[in-house]
Amino acid sequence: MENKTDLKQFFINQFDEFEKSLNGEKSSHFHHLRKSAFEEFRKLPLPTQKDEEWKYTNISPLLDYNFSRSAKKTDVSPDAVSKFLFDKMEHSLIVFINGRFSSELSKLTDIPKGVVIGSINEAIKENNPIVMKHLAQYAGFKNNIFTALSTAYTIDGAFIYVPDGINVADPVHIIFLTRAGNEKIITQPRNLFIAGKNSRISIIEHYVSDEASVYFTNAVTEIVAGENGIVDHIKLQEESINSFHISRMEVDQERNSNFSSHLISYGAEISRNDFNTRFNDQGGECMLNGLFLINGEQLFDAHTMIDHAKPHCKSHEHYKGILQDKSKGVFNGKVMVRQDAQKTNAFQQNNTILLSDNAVMNSKPQLEIFADDVKCSHGATIGKLDENSMFYLKSRGIGDEAATAMLIHAFASDVITSIKIEALRDYIEEIITKRFNQ
Amino acid sequence: MLLEIKNLHANIDGNEILKGINLKVNAGEVHAIMGPNGSGKSTLAQVLAGREEFEVTEGEVYYNGKNLLELSPEDRAREGVFLAFQYPVEIPGVSNTNLLKTAVNEIRKYRGEEELDSMDFLSLLKEKSKLVELDQKFLSRSVNEGFSGGEKKRNEIFQMAVLNPKLALLDETDSGLDIDALRIVANGVNKLRSKDNAIVVVTHYQRLLNYIIPDFVHVLYNGKIVKSGGKELALELEEKGYDWIKNGKEKVLV
Ligand SMILES: Nc1ncnc2c1ncn2[C@@H]1O[C@H](COP(=O)(O)OP(=O)(O)OP(=O)(O)O)[C@@H](O)[C@H]1O
Ligand SMILES: [Mg+2]
Repeated sequence: MENKTDLKQFFINQFDEFEKSLNGEKSSHFHHLRKSAFEEFRKLPLPTQKDEEWKYTNISPLLDYNFSRSAKKTDVSPDAVSKFLFDKMEHSLIVFINGRFSSELSKLTDIPKGVVIGSINEAIKENNPIVMKHLAQYAGFKNNIFTALSTAYTIDGAFIYVPDGINVADPVHIIFLTRAGNEKIITQPRNLFIAGKNSRISIIEHYVSDEASVYFTNAVTEIVAGENGIVDHIKLQEESINSFHISRMEVDQERNSNFSSHLISYGAEISRNDFNTRFNDQGGECMLNGLFLINGEQLFDAHTMIDHAKPHCKSHEHYKGILQDKSKGVFNGKVMVRQDAQKTNAFQQNNTILLSDNAVMNSKPQLEIFADDVKCSHGATIGKLDENSMFYLKSRGIGDEAATAMLIHAFASDVITSIKIEALRDYIEEIITKRFNQ
Repeated sequence: MLLEIKNLHANIDGNEILKGINLKVNAGEVHAIMGPNGSGKSTLAQVLAGREEFEVTEGEVYYNGKNLLELSPEDRAREGVFLAFQYPVEIPGVSNTNLLKTAVNEIRKYRGEEELDSMDFLSLLKEKSKLVELDQKFLSRSVNEGFSGGEKKRNEIFQMAVLNPKLALLDETDSGLDIDALRIVANGVNKLRSKDNAIVVVTHYQRLLNYIIPDFVHVLYNGKIVKSGGKELALELEEKGYDWIKNGKEKVLV
């Protein structure tokens, strides 16, 4: 990598070539958005630790690389994908390899009529009216360089549309598998999930790699939960240990909708998750639960914001972290209760266990309340495993390792048990077991 | 001899709590330790179980031919030492069954035995929960979480029954028990008595000793065993309190 240019300059230089490669897509309505996103990208500086929002997260290791926009064709067998499936779960599966939809590896169960589950690339080309209406409307690229980059260079991602009144019984499992060897690629999954009125769906966004390679995932997901809709979202991040994962999720909740989410994260060298939900109307409920397990020199950063813009909504946020070795965790959770948002009920909690003296957690739960008739609470704890519990277990003949594993499972258990899909709970328990019961 | 404590001194945060304990316990015996609040009874029990917060500054402890103080807390348990806590710890998220299954299998592994399969393990749990009349529903609940005081104590004895220790240290297992529970727990303990194991009970009350009849009674005061006797000593204490011992000791000191 002799002629290394900085990450930003690199993508500025590439844009012409990228546009040419789009061919027919240039005529899509989306294209003018691309162009303005590109202009925004050109204008914005890359974040540094001087920015309040990036104070504890140093992304300079990411800037050491020029990531290529596409990989050589790789053959991925169904067996390679099956490692990441959950046992005993009926589901629709859509698979992306190195950022591109793979129809051979995807498998849709009987999905109800009118429901769309597939690649957003095709939908953009076809000027799908739902995509045109919603895409890039929630995750604005103004003042967000990574979203600007995603929007300018959008290629593919998952698109799910559930029409009004439809209940999609089987969860949709979306696998983003990156396998690019030494090629150091960037993938930019661009996901859009639209759930109509009185509809219901569960979506699992699953980022994986079966390598320890260096790559960059810059994901943007936009979700709309329509009136009375129920959306259950799980993001499971098990990327390569040497990768960079930057993601943004924007959720828009209509009247009386219910959105629940779990962010389970344990891969990537650096992972940054910007996760914002907004109540657009009354009566909404949301749950944001998170669990991150990091070791070595990993860094995990969650910046969440729950916007109580309207009255009579309820939010519950609970993030839990387990840090080993020299890992670093960041939790910055904002709950905004606007003047209008009377009768808001908001709960926020962040608990972290440090298993090493060299691990560092920065936790900043924030409540900003501008309404007066509300019920809100927040808090954070950072500590070691409870010594009394540890001694109690040991006094029963349980060794250090097994006792630690038991207490870690116990610590994580309330987040895990709140996941509705049993097969997924088992999968996550297994991840913890693998890490702590060697 | 199963347990021999010689001139044991222990500190916590720089304060000396145990000031030279001597005690010998043979297999088949039951010893009761009594004494006023704060005299060091729980400290002694915890030091024997291996609590690291206490620093042993002097003395020796031999258990079953081994230097007990050199063993980790888990190895002590695997060698057959069991402590029923005065204040059992609540561990949300760890079920009683899970704790016991892990414990039983870790102990078996240490002894070079095969792990118990689920069926055998469950029938062991069933049998032992009957012994202490513990409702099955407690098995799936988190360890001691939300248990009443008496339920916690009963759960300690249940764990003891499952782990079948050689040396059981029962720290005020009787306090907080209602009259029926006291009898049940005491019966449970008595069923576990054998010529091969020994029991040390820490208690404030004679009534437990009506059920679990001790071979020896010791009075621990101010970090030392100041008086030892047979089971009648407990009756005498019940009647007269501790003052005569405290005073007597002062006289000796003068
Ligand atoms: N961390 C500590 N620092 C100082 N003193 C301590 C500490 N922990 C315990 N102690 C003291 O050690 C003494 C012995 O306590 P211990 O719990 O062994 O008493 P005990 O005989 O079991 O009393 P009880 O009958 O009330 O259960 C007490 O005076 C107690 O306050
Ligand atoms: Mg005590």
